[in-house]
Amino acid sequence: MLSKEEILRVENLTKYYTLGYIFTKKVIGAENVTFDLKRGEILSIVGESGSGKSTVANMILGLIKPTSGKILLDGKDLLMFNKKDYWKSVQGVFQDPYSTFNPFYTVDKPLIDTFYLLESTSENRKFSKNEREKIIRESLKTVGIIPDEILGRYPHQLSGGQLQRLLIARSLIICPEVLLADEPTSMIDASTRLAILNELLELKEARGLSMLFITHDVGQAYYLSDRTIVMEKGKIVEIGPAEEVFFQPKCEYTKRLVASVPKLHEVWNI
Amino acid sequence: MNSVVLRVQDLKGYYKGTFGVIYAVDGVSLTIEKGDILGLAGESGCGKSSFLKLITGTPGSLLNYEGGTIEVEGYNIYKITAKKLRKEVKCKVISYVPQSALNALNPTIQLKSFVADMLRERTGHKYSGNEARELLTNHFKMLNLDKHVLDLYPHQLSGGMKQRAIVAISTYSNPSLLLIDEPTSSLDVTSQKRMVEMLLFLYKSGTIKSMIISAHDVSMLRQICNRIAIMYAGKIVELGKTDDIINNPFHPYTKLLMVSLLPLEKWIKKEKLNSVEGKPPDLRSPPSGCRFHPRCTECMDICASQLPPLIEKEGRFVSCWLCSQEDHYVK
Repeated sequence: MLSKEEILRVENLTKYYTLGYIFTKKVIGAENVTFDLKRGEILSIVGESGSGKSTVANMILGLIKPTSGKILLDGKDLLMFNKKDYWKSVQGVFQDPYSTFNPFYTVDKPLIDTFYLLESTSENRKFSKNEREKIIRESLKTVGIIPDEILGRYPHQLSGGQLQRLLIARSLIICPEVLLADEPTSMIDASTRLAILNELLELKEARGLSMLFITHDVGQAYYLSDRTIVMEKGKIVEIGPAEEVFFQPKCEYTKRLVASVPKLHEVWNI
Repeated sequence: MNSVVLRVQDLKGYYKGTFGVIYAVDGVSLTIEKGDILGLAGESGCGKSSFLKLITGTPGSLLNYEGGTIEVEGYNIYKITAKKLRKEVKCKVISYVPQSALNALNPTIQLKSFVADMLRERTGHKYSGNEARELLTNHFKMLNLDKHVLDLYPHQLSGGMKQRAIVAISTYSNPSLLLIDEPTSSLDVTSQKRMVEMLLFLYKSGTIKSMIISAHDVSMLRQICNRIAIMYAGKIVELGKTDDIINNPFHPYTKLLMVSLLPLEKWIKKEKLNSVEGKPPDLRSPPSGCRFHPRCTECMDICASQLPPLIEKEGRFVSCWLCSQEDHYVK
């Protein structure tokens, strides 16, 4: 039974990719992934490249179809949703901010396009031009951008950090309940990275947003998350509070992973 | 006294093209002694890679050498002829492993043929692929690499394996200085550790006497280097012993960088860490005075107008007006 606390539940989610046409080969993307995301919590998924982190994220966003398993939002199966209704509750921020924007349009366009999603729902809400601009400006301010510096510019005129914040602002216009951040900081400079992470933390505190934070950087995962999932080869190998997973790991793989991360104040004994 | 392997003085290198002039490396001086492992840390676009490329003598298209001297073991890199540089200096005195090492290999030939090409260029004798393999077998064995790797094509190797094979090939002629650009940035943590172990082994076994490693991950440099230089916007802002720089940074930028690394240690979650606003400067028109002053929290009047000199303080070099004494104000 689903409790009130859980907003998203994933049950036995499995994805096999098939390679080739005649002599097909099965590749495991994710296998029997089960977890739940509580309201107002940041849950991070950690794993090396190829461990199936992004596969899980794309399935939750409804971008790829799972081979088997269930995704429940508020107790209702993803398959039962109208996709547009579902995307009003679940939004994503992706790895590469440069490739998300169309270079021929100003960055206003994806922000304004967001309103089509809001307007196309059953309520038949309509936004006037002024209303749209007001909402856009407000959401830009929440992520720490001065709207006049950004609006009307083209993607190549902005830095990666600004574009990534724009994408977070875009998803906030929709007021989702769940935000999926798939390696949002991997293309961003070290000094601006922390600012983005702090932005996400503030959103969690101010709006009670639930977040699934996917990363390969265990330091970031520890800084941000309440609970952590460790994945290896498509399977969940450990799940628990961030503190326990990183500092008293139970699973052999997690121990190995944590040991091979270089520390700033410790030197390896090699 | 240790002998000096590399002496760089006031090195300048700019990118020139239709986009204008980018002041990528703008007045860098440093000295590497025998036995030094120097880590070059900084954000992307701060000039680490450009600096390493300039030391090799062939910086590549668009990047132009604009002044300063580089002396490596008595060779003045930009004064000697191109042929001498290629035949005597490269691979034997300096070896350079580029950042895109994963694409450095020729995809159409086996590794051993690639090695044979390299040996022919450096020694003047012709080698067949199999002879080259025989020559490198011991070196590969020492580095825990299987000699069959040499019979493979690049696409058959994993990323970490390719990177280690390249380091093995470039250290074959025992260079006195190894320049290695972002050795671990495209590897996952397990291969990263293996790479670090390999570099340390090369150093301890005496194959390489000194190294410059560039990386943005200071925690990784911490495991290898005995000195660290922090670069910001084409200049060195702080240079000193690894422990000093990490535990007690002087320059405001170094302090910021150490926090924003987010290493897996318990202190990072105790309180919310402060990030600094703004973004790295556009090096086409770098800010006047200290290049960090628009983002600096401890900015003073003098910072915007005058460039702080690189002065020695408590055994390290730092370029900040906060650390400069009164008598240094007059340059």
